Amino acid sequence: MIKFVLMVNRQGQTRLSRYYEPVELSRRAALESELVRVCLSRSKDQVCLPDFRLVYRQYAALFIVVGISDSENELSVYELVHNFVEVLDKYFSRVVSDTIMFNLDKVHIILDEMIQNGHVVETNKSRILAPLTALDKMADG
Amino acid sequence: MSDVVEKTLTALPSLLSLDSQPGSGKLSSTSKLGNLIRGITELTSKHEEEKLIQRELSSIKEQVASPNTSMRQMKELMVRAIYCEMLGYEASFSYIHAIKLAQQGTVLEKRVGYLAVSLFLNESHELLLLLVNTVLKDLQSTNLIEVCMALTVVSQMFPKDMIPAILPLVEEKLTHPKEIIRRKAVLALYKFYLIAPNQVQHIHNKFRKALCDKDPGVMTASLHIYLQMIKENPEGYKDLTASFVTILKQVVGGKLPMDFNYHSVPAPWLQIQLLRILSLLGKDDQSTSEMMYEVLDESLRRAEMNHNITYAILYECVKSIYTIHPKAELLEKAAKCIGNFVLSPKINLKYLGLKALTYVVQQDANLALQHQLTIIECLDHSDLVIKRETLELLFRITNAQNVTVIVEKMLEFLRLSKDDYTTIDLVGKVAELWFIETMNTVFSLGGDMMQPDIPNSFLRLLSEGFDSTEEDRQLRLFAVDSYVSLLQGEPGRLPQRFLQVISWVLGEYSHLREGLEPATTLRLLAKLLDMKHTSSETKSWVLLAMSKLCEGPDCVSLAQELSERHGGSLDTVLRQRVQELRHLSEDAELRASVLPRDAAQEPLEVDSSLSFLDGFVSEALSAGAAPYKPPHQRQEELAQAKALSLEPYGLSLPISMSSCSLADRQSPTLLSMSSGLSGNSTDLSHKGGSTTLKLDGVKRVWGKDGYLAQKEPVEESAQVEVPSPLCSPSRQGGADSTHSQTPTPTPTPEPEKEKQQLASSLFVGLGSQSSVCLMGKSEQTPQRFRRKAKGQGSSSGASEQISNSHYSTQSTVDNLLCNNLLDSTVTSDLAVSTPEQTPQLSQEVATTNGTCDAEQDLIEETDPGNSPSLIRANSTVTADPPAHKDPDRPKDSCLSSHLPAELAGLSHSEIIPLCSSQNLDLSACHVQKEDALLLVIFIENSSDSDIECLLFLSQVSCVTDSPVEAVRSLSVSVYQYSLMVKRPAAHVALAGTASYHMALLTQSMLVSCFCLTSLLFLCLGRPLCVSTEEYGTLWLAFSQDTKQNLALLNDGQDPLTATLDVLKNKLQLHVVDIIGAEGIVACRLLQGQPCLMHCRVHAGSLAVWLRSPVPDLPDCLLYHCQRALQEH
Repeated sequence: MIKFVLMVNRQGQTRLSRYYEPVELSRRAALESELVRVCLSRSKDQVCLPDFRLVYRQYAALFIVVGISDSENELSVYELVHNFVEVLDKYFSRVVSDTIMFNLDKVHIILDEMIQNGHVVETNKSRILAPLTALDKMADG
Repeated sequence: MSDVVEKTLTALPSLLSLDSQPGSGKLSSTSKLGNLIRGITELTSKHEEEKLIQRELSSIKEQVASPNTSMRQMKELMVRAIYCEMLGYEASFSYIHAIKLAQQGTVLEKRVGYLAVSLFLNESHELLLLLVNTVLKDLQSTNLIEVCMALTVVSQMFPKDMIPAILPLVEEKLTHPKEIIRRKAVLALYKFYLIAPNQVQHIHNKFRKALCDKDPGVMTASLHIYLQMIKENPEGYKDLTASFVTILKQVVGGKLPMDFNYHSVPAPWLQIQLLRILSLLGKDDQSTSEMMYEVLDESLRRAEMNHNITYAILYECVKSIYTIHPKAELLEKAAKCIGNFVLSPKINLKYLGLKALTYVVQQDANLALQHQLTIIECLDHSDLVIKRETLELLFRITNAQNVTVIVEKMLEFLRLSKDDYTTIDLVGKVAELWFIETMNTVFSLGGDMMQPDIPNSFLRLLSEGFDSTEEDRQLRLFAVDSYVSLLQGEPGRLPQRFLQVISWVLGEYSHLREGLEPATTLRLLAKLLDMKHTSSETKSWVLLAMSKLCEGPDCVSLAQELSERHGGSLDTVLRQRVQELRHLSEDAELRASVLPRDAAQEPLEVDSSLSFLDGFVSEALSAGAAPYKPPHQRQEELAQAKALSLEPYGLSLPISMSSCSLADRQSPTLLSMSSGLSGNSTDLSHKGGSTTLKLDGVKRVWGKDGYLAQKEPVEESAQVEVPSPLCSPSRQGGADSTHSQTPTPTPTPEPEKEKQQLASSLFVGLGSQSSVCLMGKSEQTPQRFRRKAKGQGSSSGASEQISNSHYSTQSTVDNLLCNNLLDSTVTSDLAVSTPEQTPQLSQEVATTNGTCDAEQDLIEETDPGNSPSLIRANSTVTADPPAHKDPDRPKDSCLSSHLPAELAGLSHSEIIPLCSSQNLDLSACHVQKEDALLLVIFIENSSDSDIECLLFLSQVSCVTDSPVEAVRSLSVSVYQYSLMVKRPAAHVALAGTASYHMALLTQSMLVSCFCLTSLLFLCLGRPLCVSTEEYGTLWLAFSQDTKQNLALLNDGQDPLTATLDVLKNKLQLHVVDIIGAEGIVACRLLQGQPCLMHCRVHAGSLAVWLRSPVPDLPDCLLYHCQRALQEH
């Protein structure tokens, strides 16, 4: 199962974090900076840490890091990350790191459609975006 | 999708829409959030960040509290608060406002309110109750988007106790016309199932309906519930197997709408989910498994596209195939798939392959064998993750034979990754936990036959610990737990050694386990005392442990009881221990000072001169007591006083071996071990066991840094020739390369060879079929042999000769050079052994049978006997023509001229004919070199044609290049072998085969065995030059001792000097010093193991006391001393 999803930049600043297992607020910052350190020190895509495995992908200056349990299929999560980015790209029509930063709420809403309780609940792009586009239309309207 | 918004779209005019892009970030980037983010991005220090965020938070706090803040502004504030919390700064003041926003906001504001709640609050937060009403209201809303939001938040978090309030509404949504609502309702029910399964029990049939929903999304959502339920109770859902199989079939067959595809793979995550469910259902269930073979095969076949996601599916597929009831055909395909993964140059795939292998080896260890070379390469992979996964894999295949190599590798990894985060921690633990478990196995199996230094080193390792105290604690705790449970089982079956280890560990460390009452441990230990088989040595270990543990009134009464029961024991040591236990249990203070806790690490000074008793002694002396006399002196005086010969009884030393004849030398090791309880010298070491272990001179197998690699086995394995199991990895570039099972005969380059050695040591003992060759040390002979045979067979066509050797030796030859080669073929009959009688060689026979049509087994039996000759020759027995030459004909003179030039100058022993047949004669001699003992074999060809001869000797390494050589007509070939001794033994037997092949006479063969006796000390022994003082320190350090009386030579002058001179000359001993009637002598083996001898003239004989760190060395030396003196 998926334990958390993080988006961090090269400087180690968190751009988005979503935990699917309770983690103390005070512990999160330390964990995140450690994860960034680990990710930056490697050029590969998977890292193993004691309590969980990390799967991460780098998009320009942005890292998307996913913590998963031992039994999870790393490669499927690896592709899930890419699917997520493709969805963001579709929604924001060419997503860049700044877009994610400035639309924290919407990125969260998209993520919530894809992953719940640490499980992949939807991967169909148009279905993921359906609720959000509906919201946008109502808000704009 | 348009359905979802139809109502709202009609209700709201979309005239104000400024940009057509639905989610442009333009507006936000100029917003306050944008400013905050930019501000933070520009900061350089943590301190500045903190200041900025605090300022931000107080600004947010002020605004959210203001009644003038609009919902739109509130939404903006919430996002900023989320941002602050994300950076680790608590914004708890905003929680209530988030709930308010969810309650009062419209559409996007509401959604952000819900989002903020789900991010801020955890599931048990009390504020969550305030959300229930909002959710209830939204669920009943006519606006589908609001229903959607409510269901989303419910499936993320909801107070458990409030489920009944909304359950009917959620259930109702299961029949909603819109798929998105149905889907979200299913997910909400899944959440309910997770947090309160009994609440949703009544709607299980509704789950089935969801599973059969016409919309694939709803069906997919229901799989989450099913996976969970099947995990908990696979039996209950077997009837759904067919449904899952059908769904998977449809998905794989591309029956889903195109938008479910990901990179043209149909719904990959759904496939994975289904495969997981199927593997749970098919596990240990043949009939259910049979239903899914077809679809699994289909999945494997379809997932051929070269994309990560197909690999992810393949991985899941392979896992399923290995989880369910096996089907050979599928297993084969899955294995091939794993092979492709492992061989892939892509790190991710390699990793996945290793992970799959790790999973699979638990079912089928042979698969690891197929990939052993790749695995070896992965061990040295630059990527730590790959390394770690490889170690994980090795961890799974660890068995008794490869255990040391694997641990060595693990520790190597640990050392490398010292600073690399906590990976070290994990691997360390793995190794430790494994360590205890393996040692348990080792102790249980090895039992009392093992060398005493193994448990000693083990205990030392445990007490010295590693670098981190926490790890030490864990390790000890684990040991305690493991031992307590062993004792609760059937301790009667455990070997004495193991029981001693258990006692010590429990005595030292059982206090680490909280909740384990000392009395409980005591009772467990006391049980050991009552067992029939417990030796008195073990009993005293047990009692000592009990003394350490005795605490509290329970224990005191137990101690009382024990002292009553065992106080009358005949064993004095035992009686003393019981007394100690009783006294110490009554006096806690005394116990704390005598047996301090955790003092095991502190060095204990052993005052061997017992100087602390000086006061007591002088007091006693002044009170008129007689001065102390050592036992032998007492005896001497006694003998003189009574003028009676006490010779037959020997010495009153703890262990006396009255005779040293061959027949009595059964197990000297055991005897000297059991001397541990009496005797003053050994008492010290026993006492040491209480606080620190006496370990000097003990062979260090485990050190502080881990397993201490020993050179010899490595050298030995360097000769293992490995039929490469697959194509060499260097030639297997891509993941698509297929592998065949046929060994490739290509010569392997040097580094390759090293890897193969490693492979041979890592994968030894895995699997039993020899479709892939096993490369155990114990099988190197057959291995090498078979290859040779094959090579020859192919070159000489139909006329091939395969020879076979079987050797039977008497049990005295048990401790041989390479005990692994001979240990199971000890028979004492002279009969010709059949393959069945020599199980170890049966495999060899089997393999040779396959390649030759006619073969003869000729067995030679050697009798070590009392022959003084160094090499005893045994004439050959050939079935066909009888030997036509007199084997005893001296040919020394002619053969010695054939000695190689570099050996010509050295002294060589008499050249002794070994065996001969028709035109071929074999002779041998040994040559002493400074650093080695060489065995030289001469092969003489007396025929007038060339003979191709293959000579093979087990246990020795050949110095000359190739053992296959053509012996020219009427000439002599010379082979050199260097002899190494691993363990000292009185006798060494060398068995060998020589098979030859002549142009005219085909299919004849020759088997020879020869035995080397006495070679050890005469040739391998070297003087050890030490001073008297050094001798003294060494003496105390050595643990193996043997005492014996030897005949004294009476050549006139000083008998002691004369005797020692003889020994010195014959056995190359070094006489350190002679003082009066006592003399000290030292020697060492070629490899450096020392042996010390203390001699004392007593009653016409020489009382010798030998000590060495090597178990059998004293006995061995003693034997040769006897022989030397006899021969004199």
